[in-house]
Amino acid sequence: MIEFHLDTRSGVPPYQQIVRQVRHALRLGLVKEGDRLPTVKEVVGTLAVNPNTVLKAYRELEHEGLVAARPGLGTFVTATLADASLAAHGPLREELRRWLAKARLAGLDDESIEALFHATFQAASREASA
Amino acid sequence: MSAPVLRAEGLGRRYGRRWALRDCDLDVPAGHVVGLVGPNGAGKTTLLSVAAGQLAPTTGTVSVLGRAPAASPAHLGRVAFVAQDTPTYASLTVAEHLTLGARLNPRWDAATAADRIARVGLDPSAKAGRLSGGQRAQLALTLGIAKRPDLLILDEPVAALDPLACREFHQGLMEAVADLGMSVLLSSHLVSDLERTCDYVVVLVDSRVQVAGEVEDLLATHHRLTGPRRDGARLPSDQHVVAASHTGRQSTFVVRTREPVLDPAWRVSGLDLEDLVLSYMSAGARDAARPVLEVRR
Repeated sequence: MIEFHLDTRSGVPPYQQIVRQVRHALRLGLVKEGDRLPTVKEVVGTLAVNPNTVLKAYRELEHEGLVAARPGLGTFVTATLADASLAAHGPLREELRRWLAKARLAGLDDESIEALFHATFQAASREASA
Repeated sequence: MSAPVLRAEGLGRRYGRRWALRDCDLDVPAGHVVGLVGPNGAGKTTLLSVAAGQLAPTTGTVSVLGRAPAASPAHLGRVAFVAQDTPTYASLTVAEHLTLGARLNPRWDAATAADRIARVGLDPSAKAGRLSGGQRAQLALTLGIAKRPDLLILDEPVAALDPLACREFHQGLMEAVADLGMSVLLSSHLVSDLERTCDYVVVLVDSRVQVAGEVEDLLATHHRLTGPRRDGARLPSDQHVVAASHTGRQSTFVVRTREPVLDPAWRVSGLDLEDLVLSYMSAGARDAARPVLEVRR
């Protein structure tokens, strides 16, 4: 089951962090259609957040058509964001691993790798949208 | 719609010549976790004690769950009050505290009490005087929850706790809120204690309420404006200035407004709850420091 965590200094409202973490897990195939999300009580018992925060996140996910609440049973995943592209994740991850090994061999540290990835990623998205 | 958990009009309480609380107007709806925040000595304990019916107001009116505080035995049963430093009876065991709770409270929920004691790992045969601060707080919280109140009032429950015990306390409190759906009113002198848990805040500084409202609404209507130096009086009339600071060339304002800020001279940014509360605290402290020019009647 998915486990949430909060970054209080990120400036992102807690309910949105929960929404994003569910979407992220769906995209990576970590949760699948039919999986149950943790109950509100379970989430507040670990995050120590207001129950309304969790309810709001779940309502938003419901509104997006990603989950559905079944009274008395819990909130269940009803859609997937991974679809056909999930099959490509494995090979892509392998290539990325090889690329990371090369970057390390060339002497890049964590921060340089992240900076290089971000800069390239942003330049590429700009080209794609231009 | 159920009655507001706490409603006050012109509420004040005086000790001798000193006002601990004055001109307090509040209308807090049910179903919230309300954080009462302010510096030490601001009047938080006074307000909570009045709400719990342990202290009579000097002026004004107050109602809790639609009735006067401690109006009747039945009404007393609907409100739980955990006083500062989460007091317990040092010579009684954990189990004896639960027995006492069961005998004194008509709505006592023995199953919830036993379940909570087991889950937080309290030894029923341990004397309360030998518990750690965190364990004692959990015991007091259990007593408050098992009473099955509609409103749980807690005065600075985590002030003496280490960060881990503080987190565990809030986890337990939020679980109980999710499970039983009661309203909670708790105080702290630290905003960070309340940031995750509260969806309604009341800021109390120097015996006066500075601001009160739903956290989400407060965050949406407060902005920080930074730009070239300007007099606060020249801001649009819908922008209520909470705090202002100036350097030689620059002004920074914290304003409250429901309208969008359109002036292109300003860089507009949001505030988090801590910034917002601190703005009101510094404003309240500033007002208090001013010489008081009151008309004597």
